[in-house]
Amino acid sequence: MGGEDVLLLARAQFGLNIAFHILFPSITIALAWFLVYFRVRYQRTRDAAWLATYRLWTKVFALSFAMGVVSGIVMSFQFGTNWPGFMNAVGNVAGPLLAYEVLTAFFLEATFLGIMLFGMERVSGRVHVLSAVMVALGTSLSAFWILALNSWMQTPAGHRLVDGQLVAGDWLQVIFNPSFPYRFVHMMLASGLTASFLVAGLSAWRLLRAREDEGAWWTLRAGVLVAAVLAPAQIAVGDLHGLNTLEHQPAKIAAIEALWKTQRGAPLVLFALPNERTRSNDFAIEIPKGASLVLRHDPDAELRGIEAFAPDAPPVAPVFWSFRAMVGTGLAMLALAWIGAWRLRRAGRVGRGLLWAFAAMSFSGWVATLAGWMVTEIGRQPWLVQGVLRTADAAGAASGAELGASLTGYLLAYGLMLVAYMVVLTHLAGGGTQAGRGTPVAGPDCGGESREAAAA
Amino acid sequence: MSPDLPVVFAALMGAAMLAYVVLDGYDLGVGMLMPAATRAEQDVMVASIGPFWDANETWLVLGVGLLLVAFPRAHGVVLGALYLPVAAMLIGLMLRGVAFELRLKAQGWHAELWNWLFWAGSFLASAAQGYMLGRYITGFAPGVGYALFALLVAGGVCGGYVLLGATWLVARAEGELQAKALGWARWGLAWVALGVALVSLASPLASETVYARWFDFPRTVALMLLPAASIVAGWWVWASSGRLRRAQRASEWAPFAGAVAIFVLAFAGLAYSLFPWVVVDRMTIWQAAAHPSALKVVLAGALVVLPFLVGYTVFAYRVFRGKARAGLYEH
Repeated sequence: MGGEDVLLLARAQFGLNIAFHILFPSITIALAWFLVYFRVRYQRTRDAAWLATYRLWTKVFALSFAMGVVSGIVMSFQFGTNWPGFMNAVGNVAGPLLAYEVLTAFFLEATFLGIMLFGMERVSGRVHVLSAVMVALGTSLSAFWILALNSWMQTPAGHRLVDGQLVAGDWLQVIFNPSFPYRFVHMMLASGLTASFLVAGLSAWRLLRAREDEGAWWTLRAGVLVAAVLAPAQIAVGDLHGLNTLEHQPAKIAAIEALWKTQRGAPLVLFALPNERTRSNDFAIEIPKGASLVLRHDPDAELRGIEAFAPDAPPVAPVFWSFRAMVGTGLAMLALAWIGAWRLRRAGRVGRGLLWAFAAMSFSGWVATLAGWMVTEIGRQPWLVQGVLRTADAAGAASGAELGASLTGYLLAYGLMLVAYMVVLTHLAGGGTQAGRGTPVAGPDCGGESREAAAA
Repeated sequence: MSPDLPVVFAALMGAAMLAYVVLDGYDLGVGMLMPAATRAEQDVMVASIGPFWDANETWLVLGVGLLLVAFPRAHGVVLGALYLPVAAMLIGLMLRGVAFELRLKAQGWHAELWNWLFWAGSFLASAAQGYMLGRYITGFAPGVGYALFALLVAGGVCGGYVLLGATWLVARAEGELQAKALGWARWGLAWVALGVALVSLASPLASETVYARWFDFPRTVALMLLPAASIVAGWWVWASSGRLRRAQRASEWAPFAGAVAIFVLAFAGLAYSLFPWVVVDRMTIWQAAAHPSALKVVLAGALVVLPFLVGYTVFAYRVFRGKARAGLYEH
């Protein structure tokens, strides 16, 4: 097997893992704050329905969190197994950022998660609310550090060379590098949308089976309203993020727009089949001068095309398509959230048609988030750290056979986990706040009465 | 005098790995003991580790994270050489991690499948960790003999985790399950004794570095304190579990404390055997270390954060002190 193929396998394996991993943090980062809200509502009202709501969504959270933790552990190893050159070259910058994530976020969220999940009868209401806040803080902090690292890989800043080694000169510049604020807010909003559509979608699924479930109406309303506020904010932030990318990574923008040649008054390509061989678009449908207008706010402005960056340009088609998948999904989410919010305001309820639509869109946040990450990661190629380190130079020495065998193992495990996850979520949601209560609870064998069991 | 940063980080990494092995060791051990218990007992066993396993595994992320941060040159070499066992361990940890949730939430035969995967994943992860340790000690030397040595270590590590898991259950369970756990603890101890004896005999043969360290008179005599202390710790586990079986006065935590002591002593022996190599016979901690600027910034963060971390970990263990009951995991 040639080096190119092995590199592709290494990238496929890492890409598979990181794509699988991001599904779960993109839910838990924001769902943790939903849980804080549900828990606080219960603390204030002492209404059993809020408690039941909190408990139901805690189950969803616990499962999602476990999926995120285990696939995250895989990532911490794959940095070394798949990309040893990454740490050799930029470990002095990347390492501390990862270490701070582990130290400040991972232990915090993991430890307080135990109390949040199992400690309700063992600690006071206040400490329990505090535990929920700590878990939410931990997940958000984790996002902060990992996006600082990813953004640094996109727009490196604050580093210098000392004795041939790349080291951090100014940590504030490293962390708050040019693309970090945009990427961080963009990802937090993406998580907010993913979680709110999941909350709304699973609540809708429940309401399709039991329209009188008051708790499910509460959570549907919470999900829809949050989505209706975040969706337009996300589009505005995404636009700013795009302009920031144009400034710092123009090759990525050229790929997004499928712009092969540098030109004045560049068209906005709505549809096309980008052709790497002829370096042009087949079957293009374009709005003349559209791209120049959108990106430069001037119909005759010059935009650089792929040719200006070759050979250090990303592949066009996957970036072009991922971007359109992201924007398309985002617009559909915006439309549904607004229609839903409008119906809920007017009538307090929505009909079966809209419930079906929300149920069908439960996981739409995943589609948009994955597509967005593919735009930004594939759009950075052939660089691993923009302008500093090439992906090919960071690859490890694992053989094709080793990669193939482990890739098969990961694929099987991920497939099994993903199917089980979605089946269990649908089952939990279908049963509403009653779900899980029917599970027989064993107690007599280990000392008889069990207060926790009765309370759970 | 500025501190020798690579040594500081080697100590930190060692401490994180030791914490991981002891903490996740008991919950992996509980996982491996699942087939020996009834379904009702299994629910209690899982409940006894439910609030902790996630934080326990975070020590592994910290350990490998410190390897990556402090010794970036070794990180790639070590993980590259251990590519397949690492993948096996990760798949095992993944399956058992989600099985905590799914064995109760899935329906019908799916629940049975995840219950089985919880056991299988625990076993796969433990065996893979032992195998990796065996490969690491010999500096990843090729050949069938070295692979057999690694398998021997894998068996020993599994036995050690079973011992930790069983003694943990002695402390956290009651009644019939506790009685069973006392029996498991003694089996585990016998298994560990055999494993430690075989690995101790084979290690000097498998690695010249290790041989030279241990058979260097008169230092050898002083070093014999380590195996002697291990024997005392083993006896302590045996005696305290015997007293508990006969319902005589003994602390329910005594067997677990003895098991932890065995791990700490084994770790000390290992650290003595290998220091200052980070890749045995190839790369020392000073050769592999990251730039001092990176080490300093991580050390500063660690010194600030670690007291809090220890504080809330202790708090969590206090919250969940006492006997475990099955319903607990029904959050």
